Amino acid sequence: MSNQALPRPRFNAPEPEPGSKAALKIEARTTPLLQGKVSEVPDVAFGWAMRLCGLAVVALLGLIVYQLVVGSELSWHAFGWKFFGQSDWNPVSDQYGALPFIYGTVVSSLLALVIAVPLSIGVAVFITEMCPIGLRGILSFTTELLAAIPSVVYGLWAIFVMVPILREYVQPFLARTLGWTGLFSGPPYGIGMLAAGVILAIMIIPIISSITREVLIVVPQHQREAVLALGATRWEMIRMGVLRNARAGIVGAIILGLGRALGETMAVTMVIGNRPEIAKSLFAPGYTMASVLANEFTEATGDLYLSALIEIGLALFFVTIVVNALARLMVWSVTRGQPARSIA
Amino acid sequence: MPDTNPNSAAVSAQQVNISPISWRRRVTDHVMTGISVLTVLLVLLPLFAIFAYLVYRGIGSINIAFLTQTPKPVGEPGGGMANAIVGSMVILAIASLLGVPLGIGAGIFLSEYGRNRYGDIVRFVSDVLNGVPSIVIGIVAYGLVVMRQKHFSALAGGVALAIMMIPTIARTTEQMLLLVPQAIREAAYGLGVSRWRTTLSITLRTATSGVITGVMLAFARVAGETAPLLFTAFGNQYWNWKTDQPTAALSLQIFTYAISPFDEWHRQAWAGALVLIILIVGAVAAVRIAVRHGTLAGA
Amino acid sequence: MGVGITVEHLNAFYGKTQALFDVNITALANHATALIGPSGCGKSTFIRCLNRMHETIPEARVDGKVLIGDLSVYNGTSATQLRRRVGMVFQKANPFPTMSIYDNVAAGLKLNGFRNRKQLDEIVQKSLQSAALWDEVKDSLHKKSGASLSGGQQQRLCIARALAVQPEVLLMDEPCSALDPISTGKIEELIFQLKEQYTIVIVTHNMQQAARVAEFTGFFLLGKMIEFDKTEKIFTNPSDKRTEDYVTGRFG
Repeated sequence: MSNQALPRPRFNAPEPEPGSKAALKIEARTTPLLQGKVSEVPDVAFGWAMRLCGLAVVALLGLIVYQLVVGSELSWHAFGWKFFGQSDWNPVSDQYGALPFIYGTVVSSLLALVIAVPLSIGVAVFITEMCPIGLRGILSFTTELLAAIPSVVYGLWAIFVMVPILREYVQPFLARTLGWTGLFSGPPYGIGMLAAGVILAIMIIPIISSITREVLIVVPQHQREAVLALGATRWEMIRMGVLRNARAGIVGAIILGLGRALGETMAVTMVIGNRPEIAKSLFAPGYTMASVLANEFTEATGDLYLSALIEIGLALFFVTIVVNALARLMVWSVTRGQPARSIA
Repeated sequence: MPDTNPNSAAVSAQQVNISPISWRRRVTDHVMTGISVLTVLLVLLPLFAIFAYLVYRGIGSINIAFLTQTPKPVGEPGGGMANAIVGSMVILAIASLLGVPLGIGAGIFLSEYGRNRYGDIVRFVSDVLNGVPSIVIGIVAYGLVVMRQKHFSALAGGVALAIMMIPTIARTTEQMLLLVPQAIREAAYGLGVSRWRTTLSITLRTATSGVITGVMLAFARVAGETAPLLFTAFGNQYWNWKTDQPTAALSLQIFTYAISPFDEWHRQAWAGALVLIILIVGAVAAVRIAVRHGTLAGA
Repeated sequence: MGVGITVEHLNAFYGKTQALFDVNITALANHATALIGPSGCGKSTFIRCLNRMHETIPEARVDGKVLIGDLSVYNGTSATQLRRRVGMVFQKANPFPTMSIYDNVAAGLKLNGFRNRKQLDEIVQKSLQSAALWDEVKDSLHKKSGASLSGGQQQRLCIARALAVQPEVLLMDEPCSALDPISTGKIEELIFQLKEQYTIVIVTHNMQQAARVAEFTGFFLLGKMIEFDKTEKIFTNPSDKRTEDYVTGRFG
């Protein structure tokens, strides 16, 4: 029959004698150990309980939208779209225009980005590309520590430490050198749009830098090596091999930082001056959407007043959702859906 | 003899190519490295400054009186933030009671029952919720609780913070559960353990330390929040043990004192801020230690 | 005492793909039946159909009849209840990493509501003895975690864990493929002893192993059972040419 290419297998080795060491005593069973019928009910119930929890998350979002929309109905009926174009905010005469707050939010956030983006990218590049391995952990840990400081503590420090510095040194310096632009005119209060922009910048640096870091790490090593092999210096390698590839992700990180800045409330409220005016100078006090909510919500006498505030909340909600969604799309396109970090 | 040194070609090319361009590029490289280092220092500077000032301005004011007394009327020296510290703990306890079970449940759903379209929707909504500004959440909690009850309360504050905790905890729980290898679940199924028992006693149990870390991170994040409490807990200068009254909270107190015109209150604001940071860091560290001591050798 | 297994006209599907085609097998009580065949031929799928483990994969579906003793696997009982009578040992040892050795062995009982501490101690000891692991771990039952043992020890721990529930059938899916020859030898000796009390079905890549431990062998190829007979016949005088080719090493 078959060729004898393989050695013939041995079949069923002889059974060891009962008395020998190898014989293990296995006791005979008479009845099954685990008695009783297993009910399907707990499994089904548990499954539904978990699904309910998942549903609760979606319901939460629905709840938020519902509360905001219903609450702002009064104001919407009174002012319509003009609400966002008018700059007259007068609770006494029941006239509400949200433009100063939109302006303040946008300007303070953009200013924060202008300051924060170069710093964040610099830190991220340093940690991923230039830093000695031993320092890497400590540095990334300390930048994350910045993210853990509560907003009100930032605000506290800003009022008593940062603002005096701005008032005594930075603002006069800016007025002298760049005052001709019109951006740095007017009395240097310290408090104002500039202060808000600076403290916001400090607060969003951790987010932008940590997402940027993740995006840079994902750039494949062979991209770096290819540029180096052409004789590039380290900076040129970073610029051409890494940053260029990570561009979309970095933009995403920046937009995420913007999203955070738009919604930031306490620190901004404490240093922006809380005056609903639109001014060109960054030294002037301003007001953001989040700040007016913080300051005036509990003081709102009258339904229209409250409704106008809630409408501002609705606008803020909508804008931050869109910005965050856009940002996540861009970051995801680079990191390809690796676990999303919870943005603290 | 054939030249087998691979670097010699590059070296000789460089020797030939000593031109201003090469010098400029080298300088640029060094300058950019210097700029990077500078950015790191600039970023770390506020961090150290904040912690330094916290300790410098706050440590002197933390004493027994501060920790055990309630605020004195305006103008009088002394007094403390005892009611705010306790108030914060109460609000956080309520928030955790509401938020942690729901969050972990949603996380279990996402990892064990949600690897499908429905799970994707919940995942997406979770991420959206994470980005909602905390003041907006405060408005929602106001509408849900304060308007119904016609008064501010710790419950309203707890609800607001719970809404913030749930999406974070859900996502981190999901990720930790997904790390548990499928083989572990199969081992339990193979023994005839029902699915719900496997999920809780095996899968969740294996991922425990990771899940707890996620919960602590969410907790630390909301512990310092002020905005959502502004119109839910509202703040209170006195002790409050009733559920139908506004409640003091540490972060609220810091805010109120910081923007006031009184030096005395400014001093206490620094102390309060330092206490807040210590409490948050302390809570996170305590949980980390407890989790590590509960594990077995080699696990 | 073990019980026999009867499989009739078993077809298995993963979504649209068919993995098993009309498989018929009878595994005798208190004997070991080996399933051999090249990679991907469906033997793992088959063995997982016996205790409905394939149901953990979302798109899996099964057609046909499986009887364990006189219990119909697909109509007569819930999967959970079935799996208490049919134990499984997997290819890669999977002890519960956060549990001690004791808790690992007792897991099948404790998680199903069994609480009697004294009886648990007895059962854990007997199971570890049956798995030839007792002497090596008896001093650190509660101190060491299941994951801190060596590969061979972990697999024996998994066998003890499966035995603790006192099933009537033991399914083994390539239990030794990740182990060194000495551990493999120990486990093969074990299987030999266990045959007295349990019905064993073992999937193996290793033909010599099938020859060493099993009285009956089934040869799988591309989802079909090509030949099922006494081990001796399969290896010395197979009826099907494909079996002969595989067994003599012409492919696979």
